[in-house]
Amino acid sequence: MTTVEDASALFQAPVKRSILDRPRATTGAWSWVTTVDHKKIAIMYGTTAMFFFLVGGIEALMLRIQLAQPNGTFLSAARYNEFFTMHGTTMIFLMGMPLAAAFGNYFIPLMIGARDVAFPRLNMFGFWVFLFGGIFLYSSFVLGGAPDGGWFGYAPLTSTPLSQGFLPGRGADFWAVGLIMLGIGSVATAINFIVTALNMRAPGMTMMKMPVFVWMMIVVAFLTLFAMPPLTAALIQVFMDRNFHTNFFNAAAGGDPLLYQNLFWIFGHPEVYILILPGMAMVSEILPVFSRKPLFGYSVVVFSGIAIGLLGWGVWAHHMFVSGIGPVAQAAFSLSTMLIAIPTGVKIFNWLATVWGGKVRLATPMLFALGFIAQFTIGGLSGVMNSIVPSDTQQNDTYFVVAHFHYVLFGGLVFAIFGAIYYWFPKISGKMLSEYMGKWNFWLMVVGFNLTFFPMHFLGFEGEPRRTYTYPSGMGWGTLNLMSTIGAFIIAVSVLVFLVNVIFTIRRGELAPEDPWDARTLEWLTSSPPPPYNFAEVPIVEARDEFWHRKYTEDDEGRLVKLAPSAASTIPARRDPNEPHHIHMPSPSYWPFVLALGLPIMGYGFVFKLYWLIGIGALITFFGLNALTTEPATEESH
Amino acid sequence: MAQTVVATSETDPVVPHTPQPLQTNTGVSNNKLAIWLFISSESLFFGAFIATYFLYRGRDAQFLKGPTPSSTLNIPFTSVTSFVLLMSSLTMVLALAAIRRGDHRRFRIWILATAIFGMTFISGQVYEFTEFYREGVHLGTNLFGTTFFVLTGLHGAHVTIGIVWLLTLYGRSMQGKLGTDKSEAVEIAGLYWHFVDVVWIFIFTAVYLIPQH
Repeated sequence: MTTVEDASALFQAPVKRSILDRPRATTGAWSWVTTVDHKKIAIMYGTTAMFFFLVGGIEALMLRIQLAQPNGTFLSAARYNEFFTMHGTTMIFLMGMPLAAAFGNYFIPLMIGARDVAFPRLNMFGFWVFLFGGIFLYSSFVLGGAPDGGWFGYAPLTSTPLSQGFLPGRGADFWAVGLIMLGIGSVATAINFIVTALNMRAPGMTMMKMPVFVWMMIVVAFLTLFAMPPLTAALIQVFMDRNFHTNFFNAAAGGDPLLYQNLFWIFGHPEVYILILPGMAMVSEILPVFSRKPLFGYSVVVFSGIAIGLLGWGVWAHHMFVSGIGPVAQAAFSLSTMLIAIPTGVKIFNWLATVWGGKVRLATPMLFALGFIAQFTIGGLSGVMNSIVPSDTQQNDTYFVVAHFHYVLFGGLVFAIFGAIYYWFPKISGKMLSEYMGKWNFWLMVVGFNLTFFPMHFLGFEGEPRRTYTYPSGMGWGTLNLMSTIGAFIIAVSVLVFLVNVIFTIRRGELAPEDPWDARTLEWLTSSPPPPYNFAEVPIVEARDEFWHRKYTEDDEGRLVKLAPSAASTIPARRDPNEPHHIHMPSPSYWPFVLALGLPIMGYGFVFKLYWLIGIGALITFFGLNALTTEPATEESH
Repeated sequence: MAQTVVATSETDPVVPHTPQPLQTNTGVSNNKLAIWLFISSESLFFGAFIATYFLYRGRDAQFLKGPTPSSTLNIPFTSVTSFVLLMSSLTMVLALAAIRRGDHRRFRIWILATAIFGMTFISGQVYEFTEFYREGVHLGTNLFGTTFFVLTGLHGAHVTIGIVWLLTLYGRSMQGKLGTDKSEAVEIAGLYWHFVDVVWIFIFTAVYLIPQH
């Protein structure tokens, strides 16, 4: 293939080759650096995020070893602070959000019948910023101390100048600058997703025919778009206070630390939905396929998702019930928080009604999806408990809260992600993950997860404080903590089973049929893995669950009748040798890499106050941006 | 970078095989939708800092800390530079109209005028900052110093980015690489520029016009 291209290049008019030439590689490492293919970018997002998931998981195991027994000495208090801060920061910014970006990247274009996202190079930029941001944050461990002020980084703890600081080391600076950087990447990805879903749908794919997954990713993208700026503002204020002696949170000069809490949670609560809505989106795709029924109440599910997105902006102060915001604000935010239970409950009942009366197949993706519903509901209920002010006053800063949000984010989001990986792995890799190992993975995770986090409810009621590196003996917390630690290691075994499954499957797993699950949405219409251009012919959409309707119809009594495979539902052969050459796909580019590279360089400049380094970073960014915007998205074929 | 077609005349180059703009579902082009989304995001960014400014207005008097806005701000001077900045929105509109007509000479005049107006505003800001610094108002003096410098400074940074953007467009037009078919690039830069102007209206009102001690 490449030799033919090389030969033909020889016969062409001499093309000036320079460092500024368009990259041409389509295979090998270099092709991954310069690719703009949304599917390759998604795989890079996914693997990087899973790597950070392991890192964050190892940090959690360290914390659990330290807490297994009273008066633990495994970690020093300082190290413990670094680990719980980085565990939270990693799982939210380097695992949860990028994994949503990975699935969104891979499946938004495929589900709406598009050939790529709206801005392929911006997409790649988003990935590089995520990777560099992650490396930047973790480089702090060797460059003067990791962040240790919690993932929420409350001022004035984080904002007091280094000279008189409560937090020694550069950790808080790395944290503030790193999060600003990751925010830039997230906003870029959010813009890309919204424009793609609104503008690039296949003919006939109206908004109300879009898969719920795409709908929810639009909601998530809007939340990201509006949640990141308040966080960025708060982080800039923290950084300025810390390094340039401003007074934003300096109470002696009249500054108000509550401003930080407000700004942070105006970001922080929508962020919760930024994390969980993709999980809901994945489950909404998996349940109908394995119940062989359409999603119950499609439009209600969509509007509930939008309602969650909107209400999510009016509840932030429930994170501040004990900060002295006053009874009126407490009552208002308590009520608005309870309101969110309504659309969430609607969704849960819709999922149950989808499964109800269906021909349920308990394959691994379905198991994880059902696990999501059960555990997410428990987390939702403890959330309603937290919304009641007197109850929250009791539970605030105890392990009850830790139990609550892990039921939502681990029992919910992580289970949904694992289900989604099992569901879509055949599409992405062309191979089936082992169901045998998948079931071990699931059951170990259910046992491990509940063993880890259920006891924390009781520990919370008994008053064990969060974020504290040890506890004295005689409190009676040892047994439950030990159970929790054992549970954490069972989760680790479960993840290990998953990794073995993935590696084994990639090496010598069985080949996946094009449509292994008898699925409903357009991504299954093309080959597994899909060709770079996704669809040889852009599909014309006539129905919600278009692919299903191309395969089945109903007879007069409402029974399913399989249609004979027609031209419309024929799947192009795997690796079609006559790849259509008339399809103009976006060309690979170096510039997203260069553009993103400028950001961590500027970041180090800010952290260490090296102004020349900021200048170099700014120049690289400007050069990259200029080159990126002047080169055409699709190179003319010579 | 491998641009082969170079326009030599002032009229539009006819580029062979130019990919036609894709039909979008909403009818708004991808680029334009993206800049609107970006602007909506930026609104919250400035919103956070403007809210911070309002929250801390007048607190210095309570804490008896240092210079106050009324003793520091030079309202007539900043009104003039603000007027210049607002006029730059007009020249931006004229620049866009010119390139849409295919009048590249006038486009360059107006886009350069817009950039120069922007630079005038920034020069005014640099002068203002220096003056205040001499009078003893800096970032750490009190809450007024903190909120004033950070809010107007971030706006100034946005204007500066806008100026660089406009000059880049000017340079590309001089190279003949900005034909009428690329007028959307000017429109998008214009949307950003107008946004930065509108933000200044809010900041100017908040900081200079609403009376305070």
